[in-house]
Amino acid sequence: MIQIKDLHKSYHMGSNSLHVLKGINFDVKEGELVSIMGSSGSGKSTLLNILGMLDEADEGQYILDNVPIKNLNEKIAAKYRNEFLGFIFQSFNLINYKSALDNVSMPLYYKGVKRKERTERAMHYLEKVGLAQWSHHLPSELSGGQKQRVAIARALASDPKVLLADEPTGALDTKTSYEVMELIQGINDEGKTILIVTHEDDIAHMTKRIVNLKDGLIIDDSPVEQIRASAHV
Amino acid sequence: MFDLERWQEIFETLSKNKLRTFLTGLSVASGIFILVILLGFSEGISNGVKSQFEQDATNKISVWTGVTTKSYKGLNPGRYVQLKNSSFDAIDNQYGDYFEYRTKDYMIWGGAVTFKNESGNYRVRGTMPDNQFIENADIGSGRFINQSDINESKKVAVIGNKVKTDIFKGEDPINQNIQVFGMNFKVVGVFYDPGGDREEGQVYIPLSTAQKVFNQGENIRNMAFTVKMADNFDEAVKRSNAIALGVEQKIKEIHTVAPDDLSAVRVNNTLEQAEKIYSLVATIRAVFWFVGIGTIIAGIVGVGNIMLIIVKERTKEIGIRKALGALPMSIVGMILQEAIFVTMFSGLFGLILGLGLLELVGPQIESDFIKYPQVDFNIAITTVFLLVFAGAIAGFIPAYRAAKIKPIVALRDE
Repeated sequence: MIQIKDLHKSYHMGSNSLHVLKGINFDVKEGELVSIMGSSGSGKSTLLNILGMLDEADEGQYILDNVPIKNLNEKIAAKYRNEFLGFIFQSFNLINYKSALDNVSMPLYYKGVKRKERTERAMHYLEKVGLAQWSHHLPSELSGGQKQRVAIARALASDPKVLLADEPTGALDTKTSYEVMELIQGINDEGKTILIVTHEDDIAHMTKRIVNLKDGLIIDDSPVEQIRASAHV
Repeated sequence: MFDLERWQEIFETLSKNKLRTFLTGLSVASGIFILVILLGFSEGISNGVKSQFEQDATNKISVWTGVTTKSYKGLNPGRYVQLKNSSFDAIDNQYGDYFEYRTKDYMIWGGAVTFKNESGNYRVRGTMPDNQFIENADIGSGRFINQSDINESKKVAVIGNKVKTDIFKGEDPINQNIQVFGMNFKVVGVFYDPGGDREEGQVYIPLSTAQKVFNQGENIRNMAFTVKMADNFDEAVKRSNAIALGVEQKIKEIHTVAPDDLSAVRVNNTLEQAEKIYSLVATIRAVFWFVGIGTIIAGIVGVGNIMLIIVKERTKEIGIRKALGALPMSIVGMILQEAIFVTMFSGLFGLILGLGLLELVGPQIESDFIKYPQVDFNIAITTVFLLVFAGAIAGFIPAYRAAKIKPIVALRDE
């Protein structure tokens, strides 16, 4: 599903240049649930942003679902993001003046789905994350866990190939974190490819494979015995 | 632009950000409103002044005399300068070719005028036939003084409409006899004057008759002329000024008055005054335009400012939308369409409010100097579109910049 070869990325701040990714190589197959770990500054978020086409690599190859991702202009990047990717953020990033339902239907709006169908599909995903009765609430009226579940429903709404989650449990307490992870595991069980950036061990061990990053290089990449989150809830 | 889905999205955004929408709308609506009111009143002032000048012919030169204040050629100051028929003839001989109408008057201010048992004090004025045109008098019934009245010194009178209503009490005055200082005069006409009651409270009689019955011999009180209009206004003013100066010098020469004596002979040139007033009106209008355009510019800057803040405030939202697959142009389009819709709607609202107020309050204004305040609708609608256009430009720049921001940067914005 994802193939990455020799990926480099530097940031330039004035005269200083910061080499964040120093040659990353890894593949993700369809249906995998991968966590990317590393201390802060290891480059894990940068890697995820490049995977998410929110940022561009300086060097190297990135192939997503057999489509080489390079020399993207804004238009194509927007199209690919909409078609291939679903995002889950640490700070949820819901639009605060829109109801849960409208937030979830947003990617469908940009896909050009008609209003009626949009609402139906968004409702379906809200049901899936267990928030059907909260559909008309604003994000400010929801708890952290509920917000993240709305965000997950939104990420799923356009039926993307890959879900990218940047510290999805970073702003949540342990119990809520496990509830969110249970949901993510369930989605993975249905065959969706998911990448999670995290620095929490327990969360990482709820995935099927841990990629460890240090100073812009992969130092360890090994499958793990998946711990079911439901056991902890 | 005409995508229904897009409009739904925009209405939703606007209705969920009511304060922001309201403030943007307010700055636009008040700008247009103030402009409309200002332009309306400048038009009103110009109408008012014009109607003031309609009282008399605008190209009138009139000559009045008073008492000398300077000794000249052995004559003492304090001497009354008495105009005569001959003074009038001298002027008419010299400048007659330039004159359209000419008159000489002898008048008595509180003349007792009686019809049957009703009486009142009115200005009784001996005059010439041309005075009808110099005073812009309108004959309501009958006729004005004519040349044969003058030649034969007939005892006829033309009364103003006020005199008619005051002492005739609804009777038809034509061919009735009125008494002026106890002498019988036959009413031959009734006149109206744009000057209103003040002018209509007069009784005109033939000059020759007036000179006889008031024992004035050849004496006249004043004279007035209208100058033939030249093709353009500036030319006319120039000619009329030259004639006025010439007339003044001639009168002073005939009556042995010091050339620098300002109060003995006064020559009044309405055209010159008209020019001054018209240029004053033009200045007022220019000032109002200036203020109005300033208001509009303030409105545009306000809209631009609000758009800038909106974009700044929505940077994160823009990042989210882009992460979800929004095209850069759809972001620009969304913000622009919102800006255009709000400025258009509130601009038209301010326009309608301003026009409505002028329509409502305009007729209530009872001032000599403001009449029928109104606005050229085309100008008003043009300013609305100008404001919308400027608002769109003001919104476009930050929107375009926002759409260019990488989503990752926009998302990091807190």
